[in-house]
Amino acid sequence: MAREKVTIDGNEATAYTAYRINEVVAIYPITPSSPMGEWADQWAAEKVPNLWGTIPTVIEMQSEGGASGALHGALQAGSLATTFTASQGLLLMIPNMYKIAGELTSAVIHVSARTLATHALSIFGDHSDVMATRQTGFALLASNSVQEAMDFALIAQAATLETRVPFLHFFDGFRTSHEVGKVEQLSEDDMRALIAEELVHAHRARALSPDRPFIRGTAQNPDVFFQAREAVNPYYLAAPEIVANVMDKFARVVGRAYHLFDYVGAPDAERVLVMMGSGAEAAHETVDYLTARGEKVGVLKVRLYRPFSVEHFVRALPATVKTLSVLDRTKEPGAAGEPLYVDVVTAVSEAMTAGQAPFQALPRILGGRYGLSSKEFTPAMVKAVFDNAASARPKNHFTAGIEDDVTNTSLPFDPEYSTEDPQTVRALFYGLGSDGTVSANKNSIKIIGEETESHAQGYFVYDSKKAGAITVSHLRFGPRPIRSSYLISRASFVACHQFSFLERFDMLRSAAPGAVFLLNSPYGSEEVWDQLPRSVQEQIIRKKLRFFVIDAYQVAKDTGMGVRINTIMQTCFFAISGVLPRAEAIAAIKHAIEKTYGKRGELVVKKNFAAVDAALDHLHEVKVPEQATSSFDIRRAVPAEAPEFVQKVTAKIIAGDGDLLPVSAFPVDGSFPSATAQWERRNIALEIPVWDEVLCIQCGKCVLVCPHATIRAKVFEPALLAGAPATFKSSAARWKEFKDLKYTLQVSPEDCTGCGLCVQVCPAKSKTEVKHKAINMEPQPPIREQEATNWSFFLSLPEMDRRVLNLGQVKDVQLLRPLFEFSGACAGCGETPYLKLMSQLFGDRALIGNATGCSSIYGGNLPTTPYAINEEGRGPTWSNSLFEDNAEFGLGMRLALDKQSKYARELVGRLALTIGEELAQGLINAVQSDEVGIKEQRERVRQLKEKLAGASTAEARDLLALADTLVKKSVWIVGGDGWAYDIGYGGLDHVLASGHNVNILVLDTEVYSNTGGQMSKATPRGAVAKFAAGGKPAPKKDLAMMAMAYGNVYVAHVAFGANDMQTLKAFLEAEAFDGPSLIIAYSHCIAHGYDLVHGLDQQKAAVQSAYWPLFRFNPALAAQGKNPLQLDSRPPSLPLEKYVYNETRYTMLTRSDPEAAKRLLELAQDDVNQRWRLYENWAAMQLTPAEKEAK
Amino acid sequence: MVDLSTTYLGLKLKNPLVASASPLSEDLDKIRRMEDAGVAAVVMHSLFEEQITLESQELDQNLWQGTESFAESLTYFPDMTRYNLGPEGYLEHLRKAKAAVSIPVIGSLNGVSTGGWIEYAKKIEEAGADALELNIFFIPTDPEMTGAEVEELHCELARNVKASVKIPVAVKLSLYFSSMSNMARRFDQTGIDGLVLFNRFYQPDFDLESLEVVPALILSSSYDLLIRLHWVAILYGRVRADLAITGGVHTALDVLKAMMAGARVAMMTSALLRHGVEHVSKVRAELVHWMEEHEYESIREMQGSMSQRSVAEPAAFLRANYMKVLSSYSLHSPRAL
Repeated sequence: MAREKVTIDGNEATAYTAYRINEVVAIYPITPSSPMGEWADQWAAEKVPNLWGTIPTVIEMQSEGGASGALHGALQAGSLATTFTASQGLLLMIPNMYKIAGELTSAVIHVSARTLATHALSIFGDHSDVMATRQTGFALLASNSVQEAMDFALIAQAATLETRVPFLHFFDGFRTSHEVGKVEQLSEDDMRALIAEELVHAHRARALSPDRPFIRGTAQNPDVFFQAREAVNPYYLAAPEIVANVMDKFARVVGRAYHLFDYVGAPDAERVLVMMGSGAEAAHETVDYLTARGEKVGVLKVRLYRPFSVEHFVRALPATVKTLSVLDRTKEPGAAGEPLYVDVVTAVSEAMTAGQAPFQALPRILGGRYGLSSKEFTPAMVKAVFDNAASARPKNHFTAGIEDDVTNTSLPFDPEYSTEDPQTVRALFYGLGSDGTVSANKNSIKIIGEETESHAQGYFVYDSKKAGAITVSHLRFGPRPIRSSYLISRASFVACHQFSFLERFDMLRSAAPGAVFLLNSPYGSEEVWDQLPRSVQEQIIRKKLRFFVIDAYQVAKDTGMGVRINTIMQTCFFAISGVLPRAEAIAAIKHAIEKTYGKRGELVVKKNFAAVDAALDHLHEVKVPEQATSSFDIRRAVPAEAPEFVQKVTAKIIAGDGDLLPVSAFPVDGSFPSATAQWERRNIALEIPVWDEVLCIQCGKCVLVCPHATIRAKVFEPALLAGAPATFKSSAARWKEFKDLKYTLQVSPEDCTGCGLCVQVCPAKSKTEVKHKAINMEPQPPIREQEATNWSFFLSLPEMDRRVLNLGQVKDVQLLRPLFEFSGACAGCGETPYLKLMSQLFGDRALIGNATGCSSIYGGNLPTTPYAINEEGRGPTWSNSLFEDNAEFGLGMRLALDKQSKYARELVGRLALTIGEELAQGLINAVQSDEVGIKEQRERVRQLKEKLAGASTAEARDLLALADTLVKKSVWIVGGDGWAYDIGYGGLDHVLASGHNVNILVLDTEVYSNTGGQMSKATPRGAVAKFAAGGKPAPKKDLAMMAMAYGNVYVAHVAFGANDMQTLKAFLEAEAFDGPSLIIAYSHCIAHGYDLVHGLDQQKAAVQSAYWPLFRFNPALAAQGKNPLQLDSRPPSLPLEKYVYNETRYTMLTRSDPEAAKRLLELAQDDVNQRWRLYENWAAMQLTPAEKEAK
Repeated sequence: MVDLSTTYLGLKLKNPLVASASPLSEDLDKIRRMEDAGVAAVVMHSLFEEQITLESQELDQNLWQGTESFAESLTYFPDMTRYNLGPEGYLEHLRKAKAAVSIPVIGSLNGVSTGGWIEYAKKIEEAGADALELNIFFIPTDPEMTGAEVEELHCELARNVKASVKIPVAVKLSLYFSSMSNMARRFDQTGIDGLVLFNRFYQPDFDLESLEVVPALILSSSYDLLIRLHWVAILYGRVRADLAITGGVHTALDVLKAMMAGARVAMMTSALLRHGVEHVSKVRAELVHWMEEHEYESIREMQGSMSQRSVAEPAAFLRANYMKVLSSYSLHSPRAL
C-alpha cells in the first residue's frame, strides 16, 4: 500500500513516530522541542491510540530534570517511555541519562538540538547540547531532514530495544525541527515490522516487579564498581552492527536506505567533509554540484555518532581521500579540537595503526566549526571548506560562515556562490507577525506538497520582538529532492506583505534577475512607483523584475477578514508564480481553507472564500518605468545621534545585517550597553493616543498602565515652554504643591505599539460626547513627525526632583522617569507595567536577576534592551542566568552586596580618622528608607571618594573600590509562573526561607507564555493550555499561601488593572521590608485568548469574582501585634463564569468538551469560594493577648 | 374535576401553562422539574445565529491572535481537530430535553440571515422539536428603510421558514408594528401556526457613574400582561393562527385573563426566574381552585370569552378606554396632579 505523503515539520514528524511507539511520555516545554510534547498531549486529549491500540499517558513535569526522572521510573517499571527536549533541558536530564544508560535501559530521547547558553542564551540550533551528553552512555543518532527525523525516530526505538543501549535521537533545532517538508509518512505496519514484539516483552521482563523481586541502583565500593562498570562493554561493542542491521531492515520494509555513515560524492574523492545534521544536506547538494563539474570531493554523513564505530567509519570513506575536513556544530573552548574532529583523528589513527584503514596514505585531518546558533551554512561555505582542504597550507581549527578578524580562524567565502537547482522555485515573503503571512505560506506548502508531485520546503525566520514582529518565509518547490538547508538568497519570487517594510529593509537584494515582485500596496498600479524608495526602483529596473501590486488590506476589509491578508496574498502568489495552474490553485486553496478553518465555523470559511475570489480582481501588474525617480531611500536603522556602539553594531543587527558583523565587533564576555531600545523606533502603531489637555485630570493612570512606557508625564516651569514646538501641549499642573507649574502628557509616536490600554483606563470623559476621553486613539502617520518633535522636546524637559514627590500616589509616580522602556513585549502586555513601575521606584539602584522567559526575552534579546539609564547615569543592571536557578541567582547578588557593604562599613570604621568622624558615622549609620536618605548617602559617598582619591593604603583603595555599595541597593528577582511555580520553585522556596532581603516579582500569566502557552502549576482549573488540551483538571497552586506559611516573608497579591494603588503600596512595602518579599502579579497575556485592550477589564473581573483576591501579608505588622494579612479586595460579587468566559482559554473547553467545562467550572467556583473564606477568616483573626505580649 | 387541557400549534396540552424561552431551559434538570411542576410544554431558549457566528469568529480570531510571530511561541493554544461550534451544542441539548420529558418541546430560533433561519429551522426539526418558535429580533435603525419594508421582511422570513419545515411554526411578535391587526393577519397568511404576543426586547440602560451603556434585564410584572391581553382580545377570531401570551403572566389570575382574552396558552418566564420552576404548581393549583370556585368546567370554554368580539362593550378596547383610564387615574390619585 502506498504510504501517505504529508507536509509537516521535523517536530511533528518525530512526535508522530515517537507517540505511536511509546506508552508513557514525560514532557516539559523548551524551545524548539516544545511542539513535540504539544503534539503528544493533543493526540492523547483527542484519544489517538498508539501502535498497541491504547492511548499513551502524557504527563508534563516541573522541569526536564523531573521529566527525565519520570522517564527513568517509567522505564524501570517496564514501560516504553520517551521524552522530548533540547539545550538546557537536555543538560538537566544528564544525571538520569547516566543512570538509564548504566542500567542498559531501552529508551529514546528525541532532541531538537539547540545551543547551550554561554555568553548569551540562544534558542537556535547547534550541537552543543547533544555533545554535552556524549559521555553519558547514550547512543547518539543524527537525522538531517524532516523525513529522516520521522524515520530515525523509529530506527532508534527498534535499535534501543535490541541493543539495550538507550538512544538520543537528534536533529537540528529550527532548521529541521521547524522546517516544513513533504515526507512519506511511515505506516503503523512499518512500525510493527521494526518493533519486535519479543524485544518489547524482554524490556518489560527486565523491569522491577514485586512478583519477581530484585534491586537495581545499588551503591558499590572500590572493590567492584570498576569491574561492574566494564560489564556493559559487550552491548556497546555490539550496538553499531545491530543499528546497521536495523537500518537495513528499515530499508527492506520502507525502501529508504541508511547506514551508520553515509558517503556521498566522487568514488575517488580526495577531499571529504565529515559532518552530521542538516548542514550535511547543504554539503550533499554542493558535492553533487561540484562532482558534476569533475571535482574529486565527497561528504560523509555521520548517522550513529555514539557508539562510534571506527570500523564502519573508515570503511565508508573512499580509499583515495587525502584530506578530511571535519565540521563540528559546537565549540569546546580549550579543547584540542571539537568532539567529532577528535573522534575522527582518533579513528583514523587507530585504524591506520591497526592496519585496518583502506587509505593509500594517512589523510590530513582538519577540524572546523560552523553553524553555531543556526548560523547559516551554505554551499558557499562548503566550497570554502573544500578550498581550504585543497590549500597547501590549510587552516586547521577554522570557522566557516563568519568573519573572525580577531584570531583569524575564519575561511573566506564568496556569498554569491550558488548551487541551487534552476528548476526549483524559490520564493521569499516578508510579512508582519499579525498579518497571517506565515500561516498562508505553510498552507501553500501543504497545497503544493499534497496536490502535486513537486518537492516542497518551507522555513520561517521570526523576529525577536513580540509586538510588530517581522517574519520572512523561505519557500522552495521543485521536481527534485530539496537539500538546501539554508535560507534563500536568490529568489525567483519576492513578496512584500507590508508596504512600510520597503523603507526598512532591502528585500530586493535577494531577488534574482527576472524575478517576480509582489507588493501589498495602498497605492494602485498607476501611483505606486513614486512611493518606492530609490534603491527599490533601481533594483526593479536593473534586475528586470515583473512587478505586481494589490491593496490586500482593502480586500481584507471588504471581505470581513479584518487585518488578515493571508489568503489574499496566497491567492496572488499562486496567480503569478505559475507553480500551479491558476484554476487548480484556487480550488486547492479553497479546499485547504475548508480543511483548516472548517472546524472553526462556516462563516470563517465563507469569508476566506470571499477573500480568495476578490483577490484576483485587485491584483495588477505595474508598468515599470525606465528611470528611478524617487528622491528618498531606505531609512537609517538608528538616528544619527545614537552612540557609537549602537551605530556600529546595534544598527546593523536592526537592519538585518548582523551576519556581516565580524568577531571584533562584539564584547568578549556577553556584556552589552543599556538604554538601547530608545534608538530602535519601530513605528508599528497604526493608531496612537492623543492627549486632550482640557479634559485631562492628570491622574497618571495611563502612564501607569502603558506597557511600553511610551506615554509619559512631566511637571515643569512654565518658562521652559519658550522653545516648545508649536503643537506641543501643556496645561496647568493640578497639584497643590506645583500649582504654578505646567503639566504635559506626551506620547512617543514611534515607540507606541497602539495597544489602547491607556485609553481604556482613562477615567475622564467628555460631558458632551462620552466616547471622547482625555486621551483618544488617532491614526499615527499624519501626526508621526509632529509628535516625534514634541517627544524630543518633552525629553529635553528636566526630570522632577524625586524628593518632592509622594511615591505612595499613582498621580506622583507618573512623574518618575521609567527606566524600562520600549520593550519588544506584545502590544498590551500585562507584565511590563509592573517592571516599569519597579524601574520608576527603584531602578536607579536595582540589580535584576531575570529568569528565562518572556521577561528575559523582551528584557535582553538583541538587538536592544529596554533597561534604561537616568540623567545621573544610573539605572537597573540586569542579567539572566538560567530558567531554573533565578531565585538562587538573585540571592547570590544580595549576598555579594551585603558582604561588600558590610566590609565597606568595616573599612569606613577602620579609616574613620582619615575620612573624618562625622562623615564616617554618617556613612555607617545612614537611614536610607526614602529618596531623601538615599540622596544624602550618595552625597556622603561622593565626599568619601574625594577623600580617598589617591589613597596610598590597601584598605583605602579597597574602600574606594567598594564605596558605592554603601548606598542601599535593591535586588529584584523577576520571572514568570513557569519559573516560580514549577522549575524554579525549589530554589524560590529556599530563598524565601533564607530571610535575606530580596524582592521576588512573579509575573503570573498562568502559563509558560514565552514558549507558547504550556500549562504550569499556576494555570487555573478548567483552562485549556498546551499540555492541558483537555482543560487543566487541578486547581492553581496557591503560591502566596505557601509563602505566607513561613510567617517572615512579605507577600502581596496584586493586579494593577483592578487596583493600582494597592499595587503601588505592595511594591513600596516589599522593597522596604528587610527580608524576602514575594509579589505575585496578575499579568494578562496574549495566551489567555482575547483582545488585550480588555486586559484591565479582565483584571477587574478577576478581582470582583475573587478569583484573584488582592491582599498584602506584611510580617512587620505581626511584629506590631497586628494581623499581618490585609485583604484589599471585596468578597466575590461576580460569578466566576462571568470572568472566565471572556477568555478563549476557558471557552475553548466548552467547545471541545462541554461536559468537562461545566464540571471544571463548578469545581473552580468552589475553589474560589473556599479560598476566599479561608483568607477572610485569616484576615479577621486577632492575636491573643499572650501572642501580643510575646511580640 | 375541571378540564385544563388546551391545544396549541396542533399540540394537545394538558394545561395552558407553557414555559417560554429563557435560560431555565439550558438546564436539563430544570426542564424535568418544570414537567414535574405541571408545565404543559416548554419553549427552549433561543438558538441565536448571531451568537454562533460571533463565537465562531471569536474562536478563530483568538486562536489566530499572536501566532506565527515569534519563534518560541508560534501558537498559544492547542488547535483541536474538532470544536463543538455552531448549532450542534444546542441541538444536542434539544435532543436530550426531548428524551428527558414527555411534554412537547418547542424549539426557538433567532436568526440573522435567510439561509441561517432556514438551515437552523430544519436542524431544530431534525433534532426532534415538536414545534418551532421564531424569535425575530430586528431593530430597523436604517432611516432609509420604510415600515412596509420591515413588515415584508418579517413576513418573508415567516413564509420561508414555514415552507421549509413540517413541524408547526409560531412567530413571536414584536410590539412595534404600526398596524398590529394587519401585521397579524399578514403573518397569518404566511401559513404559520401561531402568534406569540409579545417579545420583550432587551433595552439597555445607562450607568451614570461610568457613563456607559449597560445591559439591563428587568423581569416582567403582571402589569406587562395588559398590553398583551389587549391585543389578543382584539386579534381573537380575526386570525386563524393560535394565539399565545408571553410576558406578564405571573399568577393564576393572569393565566385566566389570558385565556379569556383568547390565548391558547399562557407562557411564563419572569415568574419562574423569580420564584423557581415549582411556582408553576402553585399557579396550576390556584387555577383549578378559581375555576372550581367559579364553576368553570374547562379552559376551552373560557378561551376568547372576553375577546373584543365577545364582550358587551367592544369599544372598551379602543381609544375611549384610554380616555377612561386617564380620568379615573386622576380622580383617585391626587398626587399625580
